[in-house]
Amino acid sequence: MAARRVRSAGPIRLALYGIGLTPAVVSFVLGATNRLGADPVNTFERTLGLWALRFLILSLCITPLRDLAGVNLLRYRRAVGLLAFWYALFHLSAYVALDQGFDLHTLLADVTMRPFIILGMVAFTILSALAATSNGWAIRRLGRRWKALHRWVYAAAICAAIHFILSFKVIRVETLLYGLVVAALLAFRVYRVMPRRVKTPSV
Amino acid sequence: MRVFRYPSPPSSSITPHALWLSRRDLLAAGAAAGLLGGILPSRSARAVDLAAQPGPLSGEGLKPTPLRDVTHYNNFYEFGLEKTDPAERSGDFHPRPWTVRVEGMVARPRTYDIDALLGRKLEERIYRMRCVEAWSMVIPWIGFALRDLLAEVEPLGSAKYVAFESVVRPSEMPGQGGVLPVLDWPYVEGLRLDEAMHPLTILAVGLYGQTLPNQNGAPVRLVVPWKYGFKGIKSIVRIRLTDRQPHTSWNVRAPDEYGFYANVNPAVDHPRWSQASERPIGAGGGFFGAGRQPTLPFNGYGEQVAGLYAGMDLRRDF
Repeated sequence: MAARRVRSAGPIRLALYGIGLTPAVVSFVLGATNRLGADPVNTFERTLGLWALRFLILSLCITPLRDLAGVNLLRYRRAVGLLAFWYALFHLSAYVALDQGFDLHTLLADVTMRPFIILGMVAFTILSALAATSNGWAIRRLGRRWKALHRWVYAAAICAAIHFILSFKVIRVETLLYGLVVAALLAFRVYRVMPRRVKTPSV
Repeated sequence: MRVFRYPSPPSSSITPHALWLSRRDLLAAGAAAGLLGGILPSRSARAVDLAAQPGPLSGEGLKPTPLRDVTHYNNFYEFGLEKTDPAERSGDFHPRPWTVRVEGMVARPRTYDIDALLGRKLEERIYRMRCVEAWSMVIPWIGFALRDLLAEVEPLGSAKYVAFESVVRPSEMPGQGGVLPVLDWPYVEGLRLDEAMHPLTILAVGLYGQTLPNQNGAPVRLVVPWKYGFKGIKSIVRIRLTDRQPHTSWNVRAPDEYGFYANVNPAVDHPRWSQASERPIGAGGGFFGAGRQPTLPFNGYGEQVAGLYAGMDLRRDF
């Protein structure tokens, strides 16, 4: 049963990666051929970061979707989460290589002194740890601790949302909406575990 | 890409002033508006060639950023937050009729009509423009030294600063009526009087040989090439001389990020990014085009302006 489900999910999962990586491929080709506007590196960087946040949010939507709407997409959560990681990696690479040209002095100052950059780096570090443990071996090996580790995805989403808000000179409706969605997903998660606590008499 | 036409157009190409005025009268009367609207494309009807002499203070060896980028990659929050908004959403803005009031601590306050400003002796100044967001352009402005205008109104000895104010027209400027407060309108800016009197400081009425497009601050804007671009207040309606340091929009919005002076300074970073280098806009070549270039102290105008700040701590007064 489990084996059959994995097999039937395979092509869909492949398609998910294919569709998911399309924005990165398209904007890379446009940027490399000078069709990404007046400030191509900045546009590319922002596009990648935005998609990272979008996939991160999408991966957090999967449990509420099951609980509230009865739609079970759990088998695709890993793929969506990994897409978020890949976009975060592309985003970071674009910043390091294309934007800053591997200028270590600037990069070091950015990573150590600027809360805006630090938030982004924290989100990326968490996503890296989660991506590295997104396999059957790590799940078996970590046991109960795997769940605890992967709850950090909420911390990553909060850092990423604030990082996004701070990436503009003024507060924008769009960035606030992303922040609100992250807050709502976190609230749902907290709400879902609360009733059980209330029922436990010993607490 | 439009090739830059050096600014000595043959006199035959310049619309005679009287004819130009009469066309404006027709438009103003509104009677022929519908008819003309069908004949003249509205955008190009608005742009008028300007006669200007090359200015001695133009930077040497500067290659102007393509016109397309100068006019389609703009920060002008009165029209929206995206770089493409000013070009796309400024079509309803009317830069005529227009007057600029010059008042405050002056012996002879005056109201200048835009036609009078356009009729002055105009100069072309090819200047570097460095945005606080770490990108840069080279723009062939057309305008005149602000000091010449200020001399006409005769600043009083007590005047220490010059305050500038932009227009407020929410019906024509969609960014002024957004959901979230962006900046307090009107946009305001200020200079110390000696900065305003510096020969590099100009009021621009055109670029690339023509009157200013709406998205670049029509009909008249400030250009202070050694300061970050946000000091270059657009669509000016009021200039006031005062003895107190004026409020400036970005400084009010985020005082730890944007100072009153806002001199281009690679050694003083914005809290969120380094100011040591900049991305030249419109360099072409996509990702692998020009790459970053180092930002120069006072945007390369240090030789001319560093003296204005002798003895000041530019880390504190950033």
